[in-house]
Amino acid sequence: MPLVARDEGSRPPVTAPGPIVRFDNVGLRYGTGAETLSDLSFSLRTGGFYFLTGPSGAGKTSLLKLLYLALRPSRGLIRLFGEDIVTMPRGRLPGFRRRIGVVFQEFRLVPHLSAFDNVALPLRVAGVDERDIATPVNEMLAWVGLSDRASARPATLSGGEQQRVAIARAVIARPELLVADEPTGNVDPEMAKRLIHLFDALNKLGTTVIVATHDLHLLTSVPSAEMIRLDRGQLADPTGALRNPPRKVEAAGGAR
Amino acid sequence: MTAAARDFGARDGRLFPEGRLSGPMPWVIAIMMFLTALAAATGLGLAAGAERIEGQIGNRVTVQIVEANPELRDRQAVAVAAMLERAEGVTRVRPVPADELDALLEPWLGASAATAELPVPALIDVDLGAGGRARLPQLRAAVQEVAPAAMVSDVADWLGPFSGLLASLQWLAAGLVALMIAATAATVVLAARSSLNTHGQTIEILHLMGATDQQIARMFQRRIALDVLFGGIVGAALAILVLVLIGGRVAAIGSELLGSIALPGHAWVVLALLPFAGAVLALLVARVTIQRALGRLL
Ligand SMILES: Nc1ncnc2c1ncn2[C@@H]1O[C@H](COP(=O)(O)OP(=O)(O)OP(=O)(O)O)[C@@H](O)[C@H]1O
Ligand SMILES: [Mg+2]
Repeated sequence: MPLVARDEGSRPPVTAPGPIVRFDNVGLRYGTGAETLSDLSFSLRTGGFYFLTGPSGAGKTSLLKLLYLALRPSRGLIRLFGEDIVTMPRGRLPGFRRRIGVVFQEFRLVPHLSAFDNVALPLRVAGVDERDIATPVNEMLAWVGLSDRASARPATLSGGEQQRVAIARAVIARPELLVADEPTGNVDPEMAKRLIHLFDALNKLGTTVIVATHDLHLLTSVPSAEMIRLDRGQLADPTGALRNPPRKVEAAGGAR
Repeated sequence: MTAAARDFGARDGRLFPEGRLSGPMPWVIAIMMFLTALAAATGLGLAAGAERIEGQIGNRVTVQIVEANPELRDRQAVAVAAMLERAEGVTRVRPVPADELDALLEPWLGASAATAELPVPALIDVDLGAGGRARLPQLRAAVQEVAPAAMVSDVADWLGPFSGLLASLQWLAAGLVALMIAATAATVVLAARSSLNTHGQTIEILHLMGATDQQIARMFQRRIALDVLFGGIVGAALAILVLVLIGGRVAAIGSELLGSIALPGHAWVVLALLPFAGAVLALLVARVTIQRALGRLL
C-alpha cells in the first residue's frame, strides 16, 4: 500500500469513536431561492465508508461542499471532527481543511502545474519537507497509473487521467475524511474498480470516506459501505438507519 | 504553523507559474519610478539650494557709502567698518577691496576706467550672527550716524523673489512626488487585482486545501513586490544616470547660482532607496488587496 506517506505518530490523535460528521436540521439556500438542501439530519461514523447517491440536481455536490468547508449552511448545526464548524472563527478553518481530502466533480487541477506538482500540493500546503515529497508522490502516481505522465500539465491529460491526478491529490496526505464527488465519472470500469479499491484501502487505514456517485456498480464494490440517498435536497432515509449510525444499511437495496 | 508557512512561501515558485505575474507592470513601474526620482531629485536639489543660499547670504547686508569725494568716502568707510567691528550681533566685517570693485565694474566700464576717477561707492560686506536680522534697524541707525551717506542694503531683499521661486518649485516637486506615489500605489492595486483574477482558480484550490490567507497572500505580495522592485530599480537607475549627466553639464557651465542647485549627498541616498520604498508599498497594498479578496471566501 503506497499510501503510508507519514508515520503514524504525526497524525492527530483519533478522537473518541463518536461520529466524525454530524448534521442537525441543516438547510442550504443559494441566494434567495428555495432551499437546495433542507432538514438534513444524519451522522457519519468515524472510519465509515459511505456512498451518496441521488438524481442529478438532488444536491449531492452541495452537501459535499458543506462537508469540505466551501460553504456554510443557511441554518442548522454541523459538527465536524467533534467541533461546531458553523460558528467556528474563519481562522481555524484551514486547519480543518487539511484534515479533509477532496476529489472535486470538476477536478480543479492547478492548470500550470505538472501532475506531480498537483499531487504534491496538499503536502506543500501542510509544510511537509521538500525531501519527503518525491517518494510518496511518485508512489501515488504509480498507483493511479500515471508514472509516465508525472511532468504533464493538466491540459495535456485526458479527462480520466485528470481525474486520477485529482484522486491522487486528494489522498496523498492521508486525510481523516475523504470527500469524493463523482470520482469515477470519466474512467473505464476497470480503472473505476481500481480507484474504489484505493479508497477502500485508505478506509481500512482509518480514513472516513464519502463518495457521491451515479454509478450503481460502484455501490456493490465495497461490501461494507453504507448508502445515503438524497432526493430534491432531502434525505431519503425511510428506514431511519442513518439517524442511528452504528447500524449498517445493506448496500444491496435495489442496486444489486 | 509558522515554520510550515515559511517553507510554503519559499516554494511559491513551484506553486505559481514562473515568470512575471503581471506582464507590463514592471515596465510601467519603471517609467513611474523614473519620473518620481526626477521629481524627488528636483525637490531635494531645490531644497538644498535654498538652504545654502539662505545660509550664505541670508544674514548678509551690504553697506554702501555713496560719496563723490573719495577722501570723505574712504574716511567714512573706515569709521563705519570700525564701528561695525564693535557692534553687537555682527560676526564679520569685510570692506570690499578696490581691485575687487574694479573687477566687478570692468565688464561695464572697461579696463581703463580708474576707480579713483569715478564716483564708485565703497562697499562693506557685513555678516550678521544668528538672529542678527532683528537688530538691523538699530544697525542702520548706527551706520547713518557715523556716515550720513551710507546705505544699508539687505541682500535678502533682492534675493527674496528668487527664494520665493525656489520655495514654490519645491512645493511643485513635492506635489509631483506625491502624485507619482499615488499612481504607483494605484498600479500596484491594479496589478494585485489582475493577478488575483488570473489566479483566482488556483487561489481557491489552495484555499480549499487548507492554505491560510497569510500563506496565499505572502506568495502574491512577494511576487508583486519583486516586480515593483525590479521596475523601480530600472527606473531609479535611469533617473540617477540622467541626473549625473545633467550634473556634469551644470558643472561645465560653472555658474555659482546653478551650482547651488546641485544635489546634496543625502539626495542620492534617497533616490537609491526609492525602489525599495516602492517595493514595501507594493507589499502592503498587495497584502491588503489579496486578504480582502480571500476574506470573501469562507
Ligand atoms: N452556486 C450555486 N448557486 C445557485 N444554485 C446552485 C449553485 N450550485 C448548485 N445550485 C443548485 O442546487 C441544486 C443542487 O445542485 P448540486 O450541484 O448540489 O446537485 P448534484 O446532486 O451534485 O447534481 P449532479 O449529480 O448533476 O452533480 C441544483 O438545482 C443547482 O441548480
Ligand atoms: Mg454534483
